[in-house]
Amino acid sequence: MSEEPARPAFAGENRTRSAKESAIKWFLFVCAALSVFVTLAIVATLLFDAIEFFTRVSPLAFFTGTNWSPKIGEAFGVLPLVTNTLAVTALSALVAIPVGTASAAYLSEYASDQVRSVLKPALEVLAGIPTVVYGLFALVYVTPALQAVGIPVGTFNLLSASIMVGVMIIPMVSSLSEDAMSAVPDSLRQGAYGLGATKFEVTTTVVVPAAVSGIFSSFILALSRAIGETMIVVVAAGMSPQLVPSPFGSIQPMTSAMVQLATSDLAGGTAAYYALFAIGLTLFVITFSMNVASNWVASRYREEYE
Amino acid sequence: MSNENMTAPNPETEAENDDDAVSPTPGSGAVDAGDLETATASSRTVIESRDLDVYYGETQALDDVSIRIPEKQVTAMIGPSGCGKSTFLRCINRMNDLIDAARIEGDLLFQDKNVYDDDVDPVALRRRIGMVFQQPNPFPKSIYDNVAYGLRLQNKTENLDEKVEQALKGAALWDEVKDQLDESGLDLSGGQQQRLCIARAIAVDPEVILMDEPASALDPVATSQIEDLIDELAEDYTVVIVTHNMQQAARISDKTAVFLTGGELVEFDDTQKIFENPEHQRVEDYITGKFG
Repeated sequence: MSEEPARPAFAGENRTRSAKESAIKWFLFVCAALSVFVTLAIVATLLFDAIEFFTRVSPLAFFTGTNWSPKIGEAFGVLPLVTNTLAVTALSALVAIPVGTASAAYLSEYASDQVRSVLKPALEVLAGIPTVVYGLFALVYVTPALQAVGIPVGTFNLLSASIMVGVMIIPMVSSLSEDAMSAVPDSLRQGAYGLGATKFEVTTTVVVPAAVSGIFSSFILALSRAIGETMIVVVAAGMSPQLVPSPFGSIQPMTSAMVQLATSDLAGGTAAYYALFAIGLTLFVITFSMNVASNWVASRYREEYE
Repeated sequence: MSNENMTAPNPETEAENDDDAVSPTPGSGAVDAGDLETATASSRTVIESRDLDVYYGETQALDDVSIRIPEKQVTAMIGPSGCGKSTFLRCINRMNDLIDAARIEGDLLFQDKNVYDDDVDPVALRRRIGMVFQQPNPFPKSIYDNVAYGLRLQNKTENLDEKVEQALKGAALWDEVKDQLDESGLDLSGGQQQRLCIARAIAVDPEVILMDEPASALDPVATSQIEDLIDELAEDYTVVIVTHNMQQAARISDKTAVFLTGGELVEFDDTQKIFENPEHQRVEDYITGKFG
């Protein structure tokens, strides 16, 4: 024991503790920064290898070419892949937007607490199903079912793949839209009821317009998810890119073309190899701009209620 | 104007209404409390409750309330928090229907018709009884669209501009907003928002306006504007107002109903009588601030 007068308890050894605190802080920062770093690294890889690709194939040929045949004939026109991706996205939107918005309106405005407590978890389960299972379902059930009702679809086809992509993104639309609708203050509903509005009028003329920013951004996020969806189209949509796709026939969107290239015996350093990154970059730019658009829409049309 | 309107608030029909006062609501003699009968003979009853009980689940919010609310006057409902005054207000236009746990027993008559009869459509009822809430709640739409909202619901869209202007004038808001009708109603100040909500309510030409503490969220200047407006509204409409503020009740109302704890209507009379010489000691204690 020392002879020094006892120091107050709160003035004691703080150097090790503050060192520990700052170590923890740095560790947490590194974890947080890691994802940012990985994202940047991926973008850089895409960018550099895509640039490498464009030294072999001119951007003009890539973006305006109408023939995609990377292995045979070295034709690198990405347009058919883009139109096929857009076709999948548009058809899946036709499924997901009406059904998702209607489910959101039902859950937010109509459902009793009891019904909601069953339906909401069920929708979340839908979101948790691996997408390869959706793809299998499209191939094994949806396509035969379409054929059974007389729709002349091939074994691999745009329509059943798009339907399942649509089903897959319903939970995104419904859950984000429902959040937006539930956030509309109850006082607005009361005001409309007080003026003699029916429940349907309250929903369509007050709740949905007041929640429109959240609803639109849920659409955009869901569509960007559809654009990037891979397994369902790989399994069920076929492998033949069509500049003008038919809903009944086989197609090949960008993601699926990348899978086909990546899993083939591809020699590194060839144009076909670098084409992977060029498509990847194109996809990334599309989905990234949609996410930016979604944020912009959400902030542009947000109403402050208080 | 809708052809189902029994009493349009305009001078031509006022004479008829006065005639009606000679033959009061059938069965009204059954109302027990004598002081409820003292409603001035010159004004007919628009809203009448008989032995009205309201329960929220197990909790009783209104206990045996019988009252007759006269036409084209301001009737104030005062009482401590949780006394049931807002509950009563929300029974009149069946806004309590929106609360699953609410259960109503007894009769509530509007224009001699029990609004809880099976054949009454609460949506149609609410189109004839406007409501203004505690927090101003304009829709996130333009000022114009806010006022036009109820008219559009009812497809009364001919001369819409004119009706919107009339309603805004009626709510003493026109001069302040006539150059910014396309701007959001949310951009207005609190007091203006509340007057916008009043304009929205009167645009559809209701017979009654229910106000649930319409000035409690407003500053004193805005409050005084609303009070002046209520005074004017009573020329054309029957106004029922719930308020926490006893001075406000004393200033603006013709009749005052005092609810006390347990959802009991203790006294209902001319406002002056209530504030100067109430029948019940409990009412006097409440008015003078000894209780509540």
